[in-house]
Amino acid sequence: MIANIPFLAVMAMIIIGLATVVFKRNLIKMVIGVSIIESGVNLFLITLGYREHSVAPIYTASPGGIMSYPVPQALTLTSIVIGVAVLALMLSLVIYIYRHYKTLDIRKLGGGEE
Amino acid sequence: MFEQLLKTFDTGNGYWNPLVWGFAFLIIFLIIYILRGRGNPSYKRGTEQTKVFLSGNPEYENKELLHVKASNLYWGWVESTKWVINTLKKMHTGRANDYILWFTFMIAIFMLLLGVI
Amino acid sequence: MNILDILLQQSPALIVATPLLGAFLTPLIGKLGYNVRNIFIIIILAVTAFLVFLLASDVFSGNIHTYVFGGTTSTVLSNTVIRILFEVDGLSIFMAIITVILSLAAVIYSWAFMREETGQDKYYTLLLLMTTGMFGMVLTGDLFNFFVFLEITSIASCALIAFWTHKAKAVEAAFNYMVISTIGALFVLLSIAFLYGKYDALNIAKLASRITPVSFSFIDKLSLILLLAALTMKAGIAPMHMWLPDAYGRAPASISIILVGATQASLYGVFRICFTLYGNVIQIPEVSLGWIMVILGLITMLIGVFMAMIQIDFKKLIAYGALAELGYMFLGVGTGLTILSNPQLSLASNSFALQAMKGGIFHIINDALDVGLLFLVAGAVYYATKESSLNNLGGIARNMKYTTVFFLIGLLAVSGIPPMNGFASKLLIYESVYQLNPILAIIAILASIMLLAIMVKVFYSAFLGPKIDRFQDIREAPKSMLIAMGILASLIIFFGLFPDLIVNTLVEPAVKAITHPTSYILWLTGGV
Repeated sequence: MIANIPFLAVMAMIIIGLATVVFKRNLIKMVIGVSIIESGVNLFLITLGYREHSVAPIYTASPGGIMSYPVPQALTLTSIVIGVAVLALMLSLVIYIYRHYKTLDIRKLGGGEE
Repeated sequence: MFEQLLKTFDTGNGYWNPLVWGFAFLIIFLIIYILRGRGNPSYKRGTEQTKVFLSGNPEYENKELLHVKASNLYWGWVESTKWVINTLKKMHTGRANDYILWFTFMIAIFMLLLGVI
Repeated sequence: MNILDILLQQSPALIVATPLLGAFLTPLIGKLGYNVRNIFIIIILAVTAFLVFLLASDVFSGNIHTYVFGGTTSTVLSNTVIRILFEVDGLSIFMAIITVILSLAAVIYSWAFMREETGQDKYYTLLLLMTTGMFGMVLTGDLFNFFVFLEITSIASCALIAFWTHKAKAVEAAFNYMVISTIGALFVLLSIAFLYGKYDALNIAKLASRITPVSFSFIDKLSLILLLAALTMKAGIAPMHMWLPDAYGRAPASISIILVGATQASLYGVFRICFTLYGNVIQIPEVSLGWIMVILGLITMLIGVFMAMIQIDFKKLIAYGALAELGYMFLGVGTGLTILSNPQLSLASNSFALQAMKGGIFHIINDALDVGLLFLVAGAVYYATKESSLNNLGGIARNMKYTTVFFLIGLLAVSGIPPMNGFASKLLIYESVYQLNPILAIIAILASIMLLAIMVKVFYSAFLGPKIDRFQDIREAPKSMLIAMGILASLIIFFGLFPDLIVNTLVEPAVKAITHPTSYILWLTGGV
C-alpha cells in the first residue's frame, strides 16, 4: 500500500491540474494548472525508476547495493527543461494578452466566432 | 519512363487517365466554341434584350454597389441550416478551457468505446 | 566509399542537424545583411531537400534506413543498449518530403512577405527550428524522442503564430495553441511512461515487438487512448479542432503553410501508433479503431465545411477548408484500418483496404500542396490590399492576374475537380469507402461539393466583381511570392496529370510501410 502512494499523488496532481485548466478563468491560474500536470507526469517518471533502498545510479562512485533506474531520470530532466521553456513562453504570451485587453479573465477576451 | 507517365491510373474499381480526359475536354471545348461562333440569330444589339435585369429595379449608377458581399452569398443555405451553424458557432468559444474540456470528454469517450471503464 | 554513400549513411542525422545548425547560425549571418541571410536559409533548406531526396531514393528501393545515436553494444550495467534510433521507412520519408516542400515554399515566400517586419532573425531562427522539429518527429524511431521533437515543434510554431504581437487575436490564438499542445504533449509523455514502465523500452520497434496479444492488458489500452486523444487533438481532428482555425487564420501566411505540415506530422504520429506500435494486436476487437477514425473523419469534414460556409475572414475560411481536408485522410486510412483489423474479411476486401489507405495517404501530400497554395494566395491578397475580410474585397483579379490563376488552381485542386491532384486521391477514397458503406462515400462527396461552393464564393467575392476605388492601384504580388506559389501550383498540376506515377513511387512504399509493420518491427531482432 505504502508503495502506491506516489502513484496516487500522480493521479491526484494530474486531475487537479486538469480541473484547474478547465474551470479557472484566470490565465495565470491556467498556466499554473498546466504546470501542475507537468509536475505530476515528472513525478510519475521518477517513481517508475525508484527501487527500494536504492542508491544514485553513478556507476563509478557507487557504495554498492541496488541502484535506481537511470533512464527515467534522464527523461525527467529533459521533460523539466522543456517545461521551463513552455512555462516561459506561456507567461510571456499572458503578458501580451494583458497588454491588449487589460484583463486576465478569459471570458473577457475577444476570441471565438463573431 | 515516358510510357510510365502515360499509364492509366487504376483505382481498384475504376480507371482515371487525366491525359485522355484532357484530350476529350479539348475536343468538347472546340465543338462548343464552333457552335458558339455560329451566333444567335435572334440577338439584337441595343434593344431591351441586352439590358441588365434586376427584378425590374433600375440599375445602380455606382457599379461598386452591384457587388454581392461575401456574407450575403449563399444566404438561403445559411438561413435554412441555421440550427446546425448556430450550434457549431456556440462550440467555438475561443477559450482554452473549453478546448481542454473537449479533450477530456474525448478521452472519456475513447475509454468507453475501448472498454477501459 | 564515395561521398554520396557516406552522405546517404549519415542522412537521417544530417536532415535534422542541418536546419538545427542553420537556426542557430541565422542571427549571426543576419548581421551580414538581408539578402545574405535569406540566401543562406534557402541554401540550408536546399541542402536538406537534397539529403531528403537522397534518402528517399534509398528508402523507396525497399530498405528501412536506420541511424544509431549512442551505443551499438550492451553496456556493462545491463544487457540493454542505451541509444536513440532513427528508423526511416516509406511513411517517414513521405512525410519528410512534404515537410521539405512546404518549408522551402514558405522561406521563398517570406523573402518579400516579411520584408517590412522587424525581428526577422528571430523569425527565421524559429522557422528553421520548427522544420527541425517536424523532421525529427517523422524520422525518429524512439517514442521519447518523438515527444521531444513534438515539443520543439509546438514551442517554435506557437512563438511564430504570435509573431504579429500587435494583433490581440494572434496572441490569443497562440496562447490557446500553447495550452492544448502542452497538455497534449504531457499526456503523450504520460502514456510513454506507462509503456516504459510495463515493457522497459522506448524504441517503437522494440515496444511493438513486446506488445503482443498475450501481454495486452489495461495499461496498453490506457496508453493507446491517451496517445490517440492527444495526437488527434494536435492533428486537429474534430471535436478537438477549435484551436486550428484560430491558429491557422491568425498566423502570418508563410507560417500557416508550415503549420499544415506540423499538424500532419501529428497525424503521422496517429498512424504510426495505430499501425506500427500496436501492429501486433491490431486484430484484437477492442483495439479496432477503424470505425472510430472513420466517424471522427466524417465529423471533421462536416464541421469544416459548415463553418467555412459562414466565414468572412479569408484565411480563417481556408483554415476550415483545411480542417475538412483532414477528415478525408482520416476517412481513407480509417477505412483501411477497419478492414485490415477484421480477420474475418476475405482477401478481396483486403485489396480495397489498400486502395483506401492509398487514397488517404496520397491525400496527405495533396492537401499539403492545395491548402498551402491557398494560404499563400490569401497572404498575397493581404499583402497587396492590407485587407483580410472578404466583405471588403472585390475585383482584385483586374490587378493581380497571376495570383488569380494560382487561386483558381488551388480552388480546383482542393475541391477535387479533374485534372488537379485532389481528384485522384478523392476518387480513390470514394471508390474504396463505398465498399465499406455507401453512406460514407455520399457524405464525403457532399462535403467535397460544399467545399467547391465555398471556394467559388471566395473567388467571386474577392477576385471577381466590379472595380472598387480603394483597390484601384494595388499591384501584383512580388516575384518571390509568385515563385513560391508557382512551385506549389506546378506540383499540383504535375501530380494531377500523372497520378499513377506518384502513387507508384511515393504513396505505395508509404502504404506498404504501415500495412506491413513486421518489417519495421523485425529490423531490430534481425540486424545489429
